[in-house]
Amino acid sequence: MLNLFGVLFDGLAYGTLLFLISVGLSITLGLMRFINLAHGVFAMTGGYLLVILMAHAGIGFVAALPIVFCVTALASLVLEHTLYRPVYKRTPLDQVLITVGIVFIAIASANFAFGPGQQPVQLPAALKGQLDAFGLELSRYRLFLMAVGAAITLALVFGLERTRMGAMIRASVDNRRTAQSMGIRVDRVFQITFAIGSGLAGLGGALGVNVLGLDPYFSLKYLVYFLLVVVVGGPGSVIGTLLAALLLGVADTAGKYYVPQLGAFVIYAAMIVLLLLFPHGLLGRRYAR
Amino acid sequence: MNMMEIAVTKRHHLGALKARERWKPAEIVFWLALVAVYFVFPTSLVFASQILITGLFALSLDLILGYAGIITLGHAAFFGIGAYTVGLLARHGWHEPLSALAVAGMVAGLAGYLTSFIVLRGNDLTRLMSTLGIGLLLYEAANRATDITGGVDGMQGVEIGELFGLFRFDMYGKSAYLYVLGVAFLLSAFTRALMHSPYGLSMRSIRENRTRAQAIGIPAGARLTNIYTFAAVIAGVAGALLTQTTQFVGIDVLGFQRSADLLIMLIIGGTATLYGGFIGAAAFLLVQDQLSNLDPRYWLFWLGILLIAITLYLPGGLLGALGRVSAAVARKRRGEDA
Repeated sequence: MLNLFGVLFDGLAYGTLLFLISVGLSITLGLMRFINLAHGVFAMTGGYLLVILMAHAGIGFVAALPIVFCVTALASLVLEHTLYRPVYKRTPLDQVLITVGIVFIAIASANFAFGPGQQPVQLPAALKGQLDAFGLELSRYRLFLMAVGAAITLALVFGLERTRMGAMIRASVDNRRTAQSMGIRVDRVFQITFAIGSGLAGLGGALGVNVLGLDPYFSLKYLVYFLLVVVVGGPGSVIGTLLAALLLGVADTAGKYYVPQLGAFVIYAAMIVLLLLFPHGLLGRRYAR
Repeated sequence: MNMMEIAVTKRHHLGALKARERWKPAEIVFWLALVAVYFVFPTSLVFASQILITGLFALSLDLILGYAGIITLGHAAFFGIGAYTVGLLARHGWHEPLSALAVAGMVAGLAGYLTSFIVLRGNDLTRLMSTLGIGLLLYEAANRATDITGGVDGMQGVEIGELFGLFRFDMYGKSAYLYVLGVAFLLSAFTRALMHSPYGLSMRSIRENRTRAQAIGIPAGARLTNIYTFAAVIAGVAGALLTQTTQFVGIDVLGFQRSADLLIMLIIGGTATLYGGFIGAAAFLLVQDQLSNLDPRYWLFWLGILLIAITLYLPGGLLGALGRVSAAVARKRRGEDA
């Protein structure tokens, strides 16, 4: 029983990270129909940025997180302007090729700059160790992750449902052409969402260094997870993405805990089954092209 | 339009199709050059066989990507199935190469047929995901089933018998090269005939506009299923050829990198051209051979740059560029550019 709860707890923390990283991808896909296989690169950038800030600039873990968010968001805008914009109108194949090219360059660059090994991150004392709650030993860091995840989910839902900007994003996701003809500058809306989404991915990557690990192949290793979260959650839906990420996090943790001999088999099999059952995502928003 | 004019335009279109079907001098030169490689570069025949095998594999991807318009990131699955089939057959005492090749093609084809029902539903994104998923699933299966596949250590000691009971596969790869060339030529010629037949034309119309193709009575779903199956057969044969010529199966035959590299080769060479795969494979492997000697870490970097540059500035790949150049030259000769 304790094990079951432990798996659930770890799985939810893991799912929170998947959510933070994938939510940007989900909105970009929903908004621009742009297949961005390089989304994991932003998460990896966030992770390496955290390592640099803490090890070389001497900035604390918590203080470094907002910096990571802002720098990744700005960097993504540069990439969007130079490489992504020319291929929005091109075929999905061209989008796949460009973004796979970016992934390869990122892997080689990270390998060159940081070496092939895993990067360690020293957590502050307040986030280390266990916390006794209801007779259970809970990792403080994972609790912190969930709190951050919950706060960001609330902020995103509030931002999307209650603000003018959120209404513009929702309108653009629902029907791009109509939104445009109503005077919404969809390309500007997209740039802002893209930057926020990439910033969140960077934040997720930075928070995940201790859970997911960080090496040059990070963006390729977790690519399937991010895509799966987005496809199952339904592109463009924040709540769908959250549900899918938590489900996937718990399923993957349970698979690794109960049947370790199967390895990653569980998650790939789950992915094919989910794709067969829900070709349009859990919440059923149709992703028509 | 009166009947006479209809008859004339009809004859004109049939003539154009006939002209496309005819073997062009460049194609004949291409295959003769491959025969010449045997005599000119007798010391690099092992490498040349690798290029041909990869080119054949790229041709199979071209069928589904270039002709049917399906994006896949897991095509190595069928290559790996073919490679492991021959390896397992040889370990259980089936050493005759040609029959093993046929069995490998059939097993891969069966896998292609079964997975086509998963892959062909949904949109580009779900297709991408399901092909990626199937590829990773097979890799993980081969990785875990160490008793059968040898896991990451690979399958050692794959013995292949004499071809036609006469020619041994020696370490210089002489008979291996001719064997690979023969198989590659036969499969390419068959594919070529298929793609110039009405069947191949219907495939093109599905790629251009599926709704309209269905409206004129082309069974799009069934066509895509059988082209996917046929592509899987060719991929399986290519994988089997690799096992037979190297007498070893490494787990990388199923890896994601192989699927991604293959996609890149085809893009370099040019899609929907039949020869783009071979040209792209040759260019890719030659450059990789040169650059990896410097530092393997840089290779991925250059590969990324190349991929982005080709996608942005060289649509249609090398053959597309060649076609544009020769068209410009022909225009100039006719003096039409003035």
